[in-house]
Amino acid sequence: MVKYLVRRILQIIPVLIIISMIVFLLVNVTGDPTSTMLPPTASDEERDLLREALGLNEPLTTQYRIFITNALKGDFGTSYRYRLPAAELAIQRIPASVQLAGVSLLFSILIAIPLGILSAQFRNSPFDLIISGISALGRAMPGFWVAIMLILLLAVQHPIFPVSGRGTIMNLILPALTLSFGTASTIIPLIRSNMLEIMHQDYIRTARSKGLREGMVICKHAFKNALVPVVTIVALQIPGLIGGALITETVFAWPGLGQLLVQSITNRDMCVVQVCIFLIALITLVANLIADIVYCLIDPRIKY
Amino acid sequence: MYENESFSARVKAFFSRWGRLLLKSKTGLLGFIIVMAFLIIAVFAPQLAGHDPAALNPGNMTTSPFWMEGGSMEFPLGTDNLGRCILCRIMYGTRVSMLIGVCSVIVAGIIGTLFGLVAGYYGGICDSIIMRITDAFHAIPRTLLAMVLISAVSGGIPTLVFVIGFTGWIQYARLIRSEVLSLKNREFVKAAVTIGTPNSTIIRRHIIPNVMSSFIVVSTLAVASSIIAETSLSFLGLGIQAPQVSWGGMLSDGRNYLATHWWIATFPGIAITLAVLGIMFLGNWIRDVLDPHNQGLQ
Repeated sequence: MVKYLVRRILQIIPVLIIISMIVFLLVNVTGDPTSTMLPPTASDEERDLLREALGLNEPLTTQYRIFITNALKGDFGTSYRYRLPAAELAIQRIPASVQLAGVSLLFSILIAIPLGILSAQFRNSPFDLIISGISALGRAMPGFWVAIMLILLLAVQHPIFPVSGRGTIMNLILPALTLSFGTASTIIPLIRSNMLEIMHQDYIRTARSKGLREGMVICKHAFKNALVPVVTIVALQIPGLIGGALITETVFAWPGLGQLLVQSITNRDMCVVQVCIFLIALITLVANLIADIVYCLIDPRIKY
Repeated sequence: MYENESFSARVKAFFSRWGRLLLKSKTGLLGFIIVMAFLIIAVFAPQLAGHDPAALNPGNMTTSPFWMEGGSMEFPLGTDNLGRCILCRIMYGTRVSMLIGVCSVIVAGIIGTLFGLVAGYYGGICDSIIMRITDAFHAIPRTLLAMVLISAVSGGIPTLVFVIGFTGWIQYARLIRSEVLSLKNREFVKAAVTIGTPNSTIIRRHIIPNVMSSFIVVSTLAVASSIIAETSLSFLGLGIQAPQVSWGGMLSDGRNYLATHWWIATFPGIAITLAVLGIMFLGNWIRDVLDPHNQGLQ
């Protein structure tokens, strides 16, 4: 177990190095940053001076070395727009993003687990068909449209929730519902098929034949075992939640990492973009790592 | 003459077999009908649409859909804030979405398959490097990568095709690699290696034909995710630019009129959902039919 863990953590290092290269190249290959920092009337000499000052005339390898040395110290440069260290700006936004992602994940689990189990239990009944239909729709509807329809129904036509911003619990409900609708729709069919597979196992037949009540069989014997793959599935949703939050946060003006990223990309505030991509990638890698660890903790059959 | 006949008979047999299979599956048939409808709309948009999708029409601004008060059959789904016919715009938007969806999947398929083949077949250090690269790309959300790339270069369909394709190759690389790894240990490949067949021939004659069915399944479903990626980018104003029409752009326009004219943002969203749903149903059906574990279906 310890050996596996060490190997698994060591595997993250080359991935992080490649991510740093992607982040570095994305910004350096996709255009001259001086064009956004100087007014269009700037002369070529002024442009050259700025390039020299920013170290952009150095060879790419040298620039990358400087970038990575600074990044390791937590210095990703200064935002052109906010005149603040980019890393600080991004870190300020993390609590809002984590709050939204966390509540959405909680919503999706609370919706998906009972619906998935009931669908499996009443297989091919009208209930199952309706749930399958809704979850297929949920996977097909783009998040930004779900967001707009929720605003239309629950904020404009029936003004129950506020349209945008962050402050009270009410502000959180609509963006969290938007994100959890897509996520729950992905999880439901997986829980359903897991449950169906497990209900055919020998130990379920044993549990039934020794006279246990059906509820007990489902909760204690089937669900516990169905939970094992669900952990991985849920962890795999985390990058999707953060990626989906890019647009959801923008639609609801939720002041998280996603909104900052979209604004920074539009303003070509590349230092901020670099930090945000790096943070999101890091969160994803850590989430996957935790999923792997939890997976072998809860399933005693898995031995590494 | 004889050869021609046998060819047409083969084509006929092929279609009748697939047609029979399709009729057996309700969702597969539904998906097929939806996808065909969208393809027909995409191809014949100029003939089907009654109005120019970009023509401003100050006399008919924000007309309601036909079943509501003030609506008419001239603009069945109403008009937007500039008096443009929403149904016609959705039809033209179908062209853009289908074109980008299909072409970007081709780009992603080519890049991903090449990487997957090299990683799976040659193994070793190539494999490790390529797999770590896919891990790195996997950790960065696709829309995010596409946004950063597209913000640097000017929009337009070819750029979007490339950007969406470039950000979607990972799933191909991973799938093809795992298929190649298992194929490499099969007798027919080992036999080919033993008799000294060059690697390029083995890949062409033995590996590629055997990964084709998984490739087709992933590609069909990838069209759906590419359409969502394109509409998301256009929604954020980074994709298709006016005067070209896109579903995402229409939705973004309609957002500002939610309180008064709900239809502007509602119908393009229904179009996206229907198209994606149709492709998903069709893709799942193709997967079930091509899956050797489901031979009973055939």
